[in-house]
Amino acid sequence: MHKRLTELKRLPVLPGVHLKDEIAKISHRLMELGSSRHLDKEVWDKVELARHPKRPYTLDYIEHIFAGFTELRGDRCFGDDRAIVGGLAAYQGRTLMVIGHQKGRDLASRAERNFGMPRPEGYRKAQRLMWLADKFGIPVLTLIDTPGAHPGIAAEERGQGGAIASTLMCMAKLEVPTVAIIIGEGSSGGALALALADRVLMLENSVYSVITPEGCATILWKDAGEAHLAAQTLRLTSEDLAGLEIIDEVLPEPRGGAHRDHAAAARILKEGLEEQLRELETMSPRVRKKERMEKFRRMGVWKENGLTLF
Amino acid sequence: MARKVSVDISRRGTAQNGARNCPGCNELLGQAQLEANAMVCPNCGHHFRMTARQRIELLADSGTWNEIAANLRSADPLEFFDLRPYPERIEEAEYETGLSEAMLTGRARMNKMDVILAVMDFSFMGGSMGSVVGERFWRAVEEAIETRYPMVAVCASGGARMQEGILSLQQMAKTTCAVELLGEVPVPFITVLTHPTTGGVLASFATLADVIIAEPAAFLSFTGPRVIEQTIKEKLPPDFGLAESHVNHGQVDLIVPRLELKDRVVQILGMLEGGVACALEPLWEEETRRPGRGGAFAQAFDRIKTLARPPRRPS
Repeated sequence: MHKRLTELKRLPVLPGVHLKDEIAKISHRLMELGSSRHLDKEVWDKVELARHPKRPYTLDYIEHIFAGFTELRGDRCFGDDRAIVGGLAAYQGRTLMVIGHQKGRDLASRAERNFGMPRPEGYRKAQRLMWLADKFGIPVLTLIDTPGAHPGIAAEERGQGGAIASTLMCMAKLEVPTVAIIIGEGSSGGALALALADRVLMLENSVYSVITPEGCATILWKDAGEAHLAAQTLRLTSEDLAGLEIIDEVLPEPRGGAHRDHAAAARILKEGLEEQLRELETMSPRVRKKERMEKFRRMGVWKENGLTLF
Repeated sequence: MARKVSVDISRRGTAQNGARNCPGCNELLGQAQLEANAMVCPNCGHHFRMTARQRIELLADSGTWNEIAANLRSADPLEFFDLRPYPERIEEAEYETGLSEAMLTGRARMNKMDVILAVMDFSFMGGSMGSVVGERFWRAVEEAIETRYPMVAVCASGGARMQEGILSLQQMAKTTCAVELLGEVPVPFITVLTHPTTGGVLASFATLADVIIAEPAAFLSFTGPRVIEQTIKEKLPPDFGLAESHVNHGQVDLIVPRLELKDRVVQILGMLEGGVACALEPLWEEETRRPGRGGAFAQAFDRIKTLARPPRRPS
C-alpha cells in the first residue's frame, strides 16, 4: 500500500484525473493499520485514564494536601460558577491560592459542576482570586481538568472569549509564583486559561490538547467515531508534551493510575509542587515574569529562511 | 476551537472571481464593482469578506506597506495527519491565496500616521492561528515597542490551527504575553474584529485590545455555532454572535462600517496618544521630534519619566 501511495503521488497532474480522493483513502487506511497495531491503544488508554470517573479531582487533591481550605466564591459581577473552585489553602505554615476546574461524580453533582466546563463568571472568579493572591504575595496553584469552556448562548453573550483572554492576561501579569498542574483532561482555551504559569506540570496519565479528540475528529474527519485517530495525531500525552517542551515536568502516577490511590497521587503532586515553588521563590518577581514571557515566546515551531526553528 | 463556521461563510459569499448575488439584497454584483467599494455591497451595505491584501490596500496609505517577518513558514512538527497531510494543506492554501500564512504583519502609514499592522486572512486555512501567526504577531509587537508606533490588528479566524495541536493552543498564551508587553510601554493597541472571528483568536489578543472595533454583522463567538446547536439541541437565534449583539452585551466597543474604518482607527489612535501629549503641550513644543521614532504619546511619556525623576531635582 505504501508503494501504491508513492506511485499515485508521483503521477503527473493530468486534467480530468482526480487522484486526491484515492490518495486520501489509501493514506487513511495506512494510518488506521499502522495505528491499530500498537501506539494507538496506548494513547487512547491515556485519554480514558485522564477521564476516569474515579480519578481524583481538584477538591480531592485539596483535601489530601492542605490542612485547611477556605473556599471563596463568586465573581462579584454575575454569579458563582461551580465548574471552577478556588480558595485559600493552608500549606506548611503559610498560604496558597488554589484554583481548579471541578467535575462531579454522580448525576446531580456532574450537572452542578457542568462537567467541569466553566462559564465566563468562572474565569472572572479565577481572576479575582488571582489578584487577591497577588496583593498579599500568596503563590497561585491551578489544577486543570476540563473538556473545554461551556458552549452556550448566554456564555457567549457574557463574553466567553474575552473572559478566557483576560484570565490569560491576568496570569501573564501576576507577580507571585504560579504553578499549573494538568490533573485530568486539559482541552482547548478553557484549560489554557488557567495554565499560563511559571511552571506547567502534568500528571503522567493526563492529556493536554487544543481540542478534545472527539471535537477534532468531528471537524477533520466529520465523524466523532474517529476520535482515537485524532487522539493519536494530536500528540496529547504527557510524554509528547514534555518532548515538545510545552510542559516542564511529568509527575508519575501510582501504579495503574491516579484513581487507584488518591492519597498517593496527592503526595506525588505535593512533592512536585514543593520542588517548583522552592525554585520559583528564590527568584524576584521581575525575573519570574521575564522568564515567563520568554518561555511562552519560545512556544511554536516554524521555518525561517528554510530552517526549522524550535 | 477552530470550529467551522461554514454555515455563515457560504451565506456571505466567497472570494472567487466573477459576479455573484449579494446575500443581503440579492443584487447581482461584479467583482470589480465590489472591489471598488471595499467589498461592501453598494446597494445594501452588506460587508463581504476581504482578503489580507485588500485589507492592507484599504488601511495603508498607498506604497507604505513594509512587511515584517515575511520569511516565516509553517513547519509540521506533529507530522499531523487527518485525511490529508498538513504540508499538503499548507501548499494548497499558499497556492490558492497567494499568501505565505494566515496573518501578514508589517509597518504602514494610515493617513500619514505610522502604525504596525497585523492582518489576518480567513481564506488561508480558515484564518487559523498556528506557530507562524503567533510568531509574526510577536515580532510585530516587538516592532511596535521598538518604534513606539501604535499597533492595529485586523482579525478573521476560525480559531487555533488543529494541525499544530498543542502548539497552536500555546499561541494564545504567546500572543497574550505580547499584548502584556505592549501594555507595559504602553503602546496603543486596537483590534478590528471582522467576519468571522472565533475560537482561540477571539479568546486571546483579539479581545485584549485597548479599543475593540467590529465590522457590521461580523460573526464573533468563542465556540462555533454548530457545536452550540448540538449542545443545546435547538436552533440559534438569528442575531446570535453578530457584532451588533456583542455591542449590546458590552463585549465590543463600537461597530464601524468598513468605508469609515481607516479614518476612525486613525482618529482613535490619535486620541489615545493625545491624552498625554495634550497635558504636556508647552513642554512638547520645546522637544524636537526624534525622526522616525514614536508618536506624540511615546515622546510625551518619556518626557514625563525624565521630569518625574530628574537627576538633580531639589527635594
